[in-house]
Amino acid sequence: MARPVAIVGTGQTRCGKRLDVSYPELIREAVVAALEDAAISFADIQAVVTGSMPPPMEGVNGPHLYWADAMGAIGKPVIRVATCGSTGVSIAQAAFYHVASGLFNVVLAIGAEKMYEGEPQGTMSTVADPFFQRPFLAGAPGIFALQCNEYIHYYGLPEERVREAAALISVRNHNAALNNPYAHIKTRISVEDVLRSRVIAYPVRLLDVCPSSDGACALILASQDAAKRLPGLPVWVKGIGYCGEEHFFGDSEKVRWQSAIQSAKNAYRMAGIINPRKELDVAEVYNPFTFQELLFYECFGFGDEGKGCELVEKGVVMDGGDLPCDPSGGVLCTNPIGATGLQRVAEVVLQIQGKAGAHQIDGVQTGLAHAMGGMDQFNGIMILGKTI
Amino acid sequence: MDQKETRVLRGTITLPYQWALGPTNTRFFEEFQNKRIMGTRCEQCARVLVPARSFCSRCFRDMDEWVQVKDEGTLRTWVLINFPYEGQPKEPPYIIGLIQLDGADNGFSHFIGSLENYRIEYLKEKIRIGMRVKAVWKEKREGTIFDIEYFKPIE
Repeated sequence: MARPVAIVGTGQTRCGKRLDVSYPELIREAVVAALEDAAISFADIQAVVTGSMPPPMEGVNGPHLYWADAMGAIGKPVIRVATCGSTGVSIAQAAFYHVASGLFNVVLAIGAEKMYEGEPQGTMSTVADPFFQRPFLAGAPGIFALQCNEYIHYYGLPEERVREAAALISVRNHNAALNNPYAHIKTRISVEDVLRSRVIAYPVRLLDVCPSSDGACALILASQDAAKRLPGLPVWVKGIGYCGEEHFFGDSEKVRWQSAIQSAKNAYRMAGIINPRKELDVAEVYNPFTFQELLFYECFGFGDEGKGCELVEKGVVMDGGDLPCDPSGGVLCTNPIGATGLQRVAEVVLQIQGKAGAHQIDGVQTGLAHAMGGMDQFNGIMILGKTI
Repeated sequence: MDQKETRVLRGTITLPYQWALGPTNTRFFEEFQNKRIMGTRCEQCARVLVPARSFCSRCFRDMDEWVQVKDEGTLRTWVLINFPYEGQPKEPPYIIGLIQLDGADNGFSHFIGSLENYRIEYLKEKIRIGMRVKAVWKEKREGTIFDIEYFKPIE
């Protein structure tokens, strides 16, 4: 039986263009912040779990080797996990396994990306096999816009309505990012700005798309005994779910998206959640593209199939709604990919601890953190709560 | 923080590769000589997958029954690519589609072509999810995915 696992510290770097520091220096910035937050020393860490995008992103092909010193990993086990966009949630889950197994009591989870150092879309296009799919991947915007377009037409929704709901999500996230000290894009925008912004990969426009960011995020995970000895408020991992699907984009359905649906179901079952809309107080949904978030709401059971727009229009998922989403400003405004999933977890932890500052939501007991990766291939969920 | 501006070091990494196709992909591309698109059928779930596979991802069984599918089908979704990146297969703008070929149970990725321009209003008139498309084959075929130039609307 898995042991209870708590998150006892988070550390995020300021995100954006971080050519002011080297890759290891960026890592250390997040690690030091997490250690300070947990009130422990690097000597207390027993194992390190790390991850990032495919190494050509930065052109250093053993990132975890390069980062070893900055992670305080000398004399400790280190592993690297890599599942593209969902890497951050994979890191958190792998670190969870370490503690839940009973083999380690205090584990460091750290993810990072420095996307200003390389060619992000060129790198992401090489995620696909070289024979069939690589020419038709066109980075992240290409593959996700295919999914968005299919979603718009799948339920016979008027395109204008879906675009408007997506634009409202964009405005919500941009407003929220203004209150997050770590966020990358800090601009006030209007629905009109989104609808009129330049086409990147139709139907997706510039303000429907996340930036490429530099940034790092670290978490400290601890066993119940270790957590008890620390001064901070532990946040408990209540449930996890992770599902993958075929590498061929056309092999699976992407609107009623099985890996998203199943990963949420598995996490809810483990956490004992029956009605996510009622039982969750906040969700950090991975939304590098606004349209995708509508689809995720449906896959996660926040609303019915084909009703994602309604949740936006009625304010359910908006600031002050029943289930506010992305109070951090989300992926849409900050996306250092290897860190992004961990940021989702860290932000839910901050909400539960009451430490989210200007973007704090009142009374958060339970929250959901999500990340998605690959050519629409992987989804991972972590449910966090105030009580064990 | 007031500090001296830091430097960046610029460089590129160029590495050659040779990617083994294996017997199934090799045969799949050989059939392009005869303008044939081949799939394989799974004995257990009966799905026909294109391009042909040596095994079924869901049943985890060998797939050795080869089936020719049509080089035309229905457009499942599409995207207008309107941004540049390193290693791009062609100059943007261009269109990528996911095509459900007649006789196949999954989607096949390729370009959608034979369009006069890439203005959104024109594209929204010309391209519709659910429309019929057909492969346009290159005269000289070399056994790669580019032996099909693109799929063109046929309605």
